[in-house]
Amino acid sequence: MAKRDGTPTDPEPKRTEEPSELLRELVAHLRQNRTQLREEWVVRITETRLLTAMTKEEIFAEATSVYDSYVEALETEAFEALQAYARNLSERIIPRGVETHEVVGIVLLLRDVLARSLFAKYQTDFKKLNRILDAYEPAANRIANTVAVGFVQERERVIRQQQEAIRELSTPVLQVRERLLILPIIGVIDPQRARQLTEQLLRGIRTNRAKVVVIDITGVAAMDVTVANHLVQTVEASRLLGATVIVTGLSPEIAQTLVTIGVDLGKMNTVGDLQGGIEQAERLLGYKVATIAELR
Amino acid sequence: MEVPILKQGAVLIATFQAALSDADLNQLRMGLVQQVVKFRSRAVIVDVTAMDVMDSFASRTLREIALMIRLRGAETVIVGIQPEVAFAMVQLGLTLEGVATALDLEEGLAYLNEEFKTTS
Repeated sequence: MAKRDGTPTDPEPKRTEEPSELLRELVAHLRQNRTQLREEWVVRITETRLLTAMTKEEIFAEATSVYDSYVEALETEAFEALQAYARNLSERIIPRGVETHEVVGIVLLLRDVLARSLFAKYQTDFKKLNRILDAYEPAANRIANTVAVGFVQERERVIRQQQEAIRELSTPVLQVRERLLILPIIGVIDPQRARQLTEQLLRGIRTNRAKVVVIDITGVAAMDVTVANHLVQTVEASRLLGATVIVTGLSPEIAQTLVTIGVDLGKMNTVGDLQGGIEQAERLLGYKVATIAELR
Repeated sequence: MEVPILKQGAVLIATFQAALSDADLNQLRMGLVQQVVKFRSRAVIVDVTAMDVMDSFASRTLREIALMIRLRGAETVIVGIQPEVAFAMVQLGLTLEGVATALDLEEGLAYLNEEFKTTS
């Protein structure tokens, strides 16, 4: 029944084993040749220059556990254990910079190594080989799928976590003098973050009764049309609350982008650096900073 | 609901309530423009603290009030715009250009005092 070559008559009807039986035979074979096959696999991994971030010993140790989980998954057709292992493995290797293609690559390599060994074993009995492969291939593909999906999921989880961390850390509204706020922006601004920044700033203006706000964007590498327009809107909304906004630290690249895309910056009060911005803000608020000697 | 207009020295103060119909707004506009000359006021403060929603008609009326008052020889300060309202207005393109704004009534009065000092 595992035959798929379409010939209506089977010359050896007595030898149609159940797929599970075939799998058992297969698993026995893989267990028997564990040492040799694993060795071969590790050699192939090193040859193809996968997992370069890991040492030889580590690769060997991981290869052993992956091999055993793999054979176990083939045997029991239960993928939960493998899935858990894949997630656990991903957790350990993602921080070391292992890429998706490497993880998928090693699992596919193992599949190939095992397939080859099956070819070698059953090369004299072509029909049996066919049946064995019929049982092996779907299971092997499912395993490869499970591992890849597990890795990607784990990676996405890590990315989400980091994004949240960045978001939480990224919007301090600081009061440096009576009625003077500073909003240092660092990193990439996406529309969602821009919105959050605006909300925090406007609320900050209200609670601190600020008259002047310095937005420092020294730490912003790039800015697109949406974000630039949002910045202009933030400036205008702050004005509606009675606060003047000074933008400082526009990098040459951002300045060029803004001019090229034609964002109307006429309403924005810009100063070269944060120090200059604070000085101008102090002037607006009527402060004068003097050394003690000057005051004597 | 009619909006009361209070006189405080050389300043007229009008406080918006939450739900104002378009007719109320028109009435307020006429009232302010008439009284500003009648009382020889130097400035008008419009307090919108109670408004948590500002539609386009209301903010256009605010701007018109400011421009008309200027033509009548006085100055207008809009005070108490809520943060959410401010951002919503800007996104609708209602930026009240050329109109002075302040955080609240106290700030508005302080701003006007400074202005009076420099102009008189």
